[in-house]
Amino acid sequence: MSKKLIELNNISKSYGSNIVLDELNLYIRENEFLTLLGPSGCGKTTTLRIIGGFETPDTGNVLFDGNDITSLPPNKRQLNTVFQKYALFTHMNVSDNIAFGLKIKGKTDKYIRDKIEYALRLVNLEGYGDRMPECLSGGQQQRVAIARAIVNEPKVLLLDEPLGALDLKLRQDMQYELIRLKEELGITFIYVTHDQEEALTMSDTIVVMNQGYIQQIGSPEDIYNEPENAFVADFIGDSNIIDGIMLQDELVMFLGTKFACVDTGFGTNTPVDVVIRPEDVILTPPERGKINGVVTHLIFKGVHYEMEVQAGGFEWLVHSTTMFPVGAEVGLEVDPFNIQIMNKPASEDEEAVSLEE
Amino acid sequence: MKNKKRARILAGPYLVWAVAFIIIPLAMIFTYGLTSRDGGYTLANIASIATPEHSKALWLSVRLSIIATVICLLLGYPLAYILAHMKSSKGMIIFIFILPMWMNFLLRTLAWQTLLEKTGVINTVLSAIGLPTLAIINTSKAIVLGMVYNFLPFMVLPLYNSLTKIDDNVINAAHDLGANGFQTFIKIILPLTVPGIISGITMVFVPALTTFVISKLLGGSKILLIGNVIEEQFTQASNWHLGSGLSIVLMIFILFNMLLSAIFDKDGEGNVI
Repeated sequence: MSKKLIELNNISKSYGSNIVLDELNLYIRENEFLTLLGPSGCGKTTTLRIIGGFETPDTGNVLFDGNDITSLPPNKRQLNTVFQKYALFTHMNVSDNIAFGLKIKGKTDKYIRDKIEYALRLVNLEGYGDRMPECLSGGQQQRVAIARAIVNEPKVLLLDEPLGALDLKLRQDMQYELIRLKEELGITFIYVTHDQEEALTMSDTIVVMNQGYIQQIGSPEDIYNEPENAFVADFIGDSNIIDGIMLQDELVMFLGTKFACVDTGFGTNTPVDVVIRPEDVILTPPERGKINGVVTHLIFKGVHYEMEVQAGGFEWLVHSTTMFPVGAEVGLEVDPFNIQIMNKPASEDEEAVSLEE
Repeated sequence: MKNKKRARILAGPYLVWAVAFIIIPLAMIFTYGLTSRDGGYTLANIASIATPEHSKALWLSVRLSIIATVICLLLGYPLAYILAHMKSSKGMIIFIFILPMWMNFLLRTLAWQTLLEKTGVINTVLSAIGLPTLAIINTSKAIVLGMVYNFLPFMVLPLYNSLTKIDDNVINAAHDLGANGFQTFIKIILPLTVPGIISGITMVFVPALTTFVISKLLGGSKILLIGNVIEEQFTQASNWHLGSGLSIVLMIFILFNMLLSAIFDKDGEGNVI
């Protein structure tokens, strides 16, 4: 495991009475692609701005390579940022934008020329050096912003929702480009997004945040398959979150029916949240299901059908490649290892908020 | 087609206004300016700008207007910058700043006359506390002061507009790439506010160049600006031909300035007032 490059210790930040970050602790390893993921207002951008030096935390400190950089201004930090909406210098052409940081550092003309050429090639924009930013598409401007940051050879690249303004197809292409860039440059990426798909695609580590607190830190697989609480489960992909009671180890009851599961250690008769992914719900003929229900909605999604099934007093979201028409009676079954058991949130701050996407 | 018709009807009242009070007077100025008293066409009225008396007045007007414009820029840029970066109580400051503009222009200038007079308010206060008195009334300095006082808001507003248009992240990006505050200002902020600067310069320089009220009230009768010369031709000398001829010369100066401003100010920062 590579060493810790950036450490955030007990970071708090508030604007007036609005607490944005509360006692946040986080470290970022060398060469990691770490994503801060959460809904708007969760504190992810503030965290990034504190690392970049654009905000000073109220309490706590930021360590870079072991040195305290909490009050170091951004122009003295060994990292560069790709800003939301690119923030290109509109009065300069592409080459001058890319050369800006190098000229400030007093590099030689030849060095700067070589670097511009290298950076333009890296982001697939050869021959665009003389264009003005306003003549470029959103995706091209984004590449210029990335090129402008990476020519300075930062140890860390901060990216603040860099793909937010692009359309879906371009966004997916850019995700692959960013992964390729990261591999070619071999530097640390800290990426902020509210888009869970983006986070799952690109990251080594995902930090899920909500209301100034870290909800879970883990690999994309961990976060998706083993969400630690109902908020994470709900935010990452679709989920059925049902109130249940853990009767004993490996046995849970919800919607009036007992289900076998694989979780242990919750004690007996403990109230819990039961989380089941829509693709893990198995639809059967009515006589073979554990609970019976009726299909109320049906949408064709391409890869699968999305159905809503009213069963046991709960509206289930089900993804299935087998289609059942609206009004059909079906049985529902779930494999034990697909039932996730979670403790009820201890405090209000951790409470899952309903998310409109 | 229907919309076109409606637009024509709606534009009607203003068209009448424009023809009666802009197009016809302009045509009259050109007619007067290009003819002599006996009715023949002549360029003599325009050429008379070359006479020592007139060229001296024009040169003085240009010089004082440039000085006033530079002072407005030096005073206005920092003010606009502070205003653009203030988070709270911004409205209050802008209000205080614009307040004098709601007072009549003549009154404001007359007030300065009272303040600056040999036995005026300022000198009374100065001599009361034992300081030497000022003798700037009826000098070019008083005229420049009047110009700066009256036209400063026209410099600040376009500057303020162009400064607030700069995205915070553009400035953050400059810092992020290693630029300190001074480098960011010179390389990023200043170039991005060029449209505002040009438009502010135009909006101060043009009225300063053509003023005759400020020079009359604060410059006494000894200092003649080109505006005063033209005014004299219409009011005292009753030589409308010469007055119009000199007006045309002034118009050419202003058109040239407008042209410069149109080239640099594509976003229309000047269209605030």
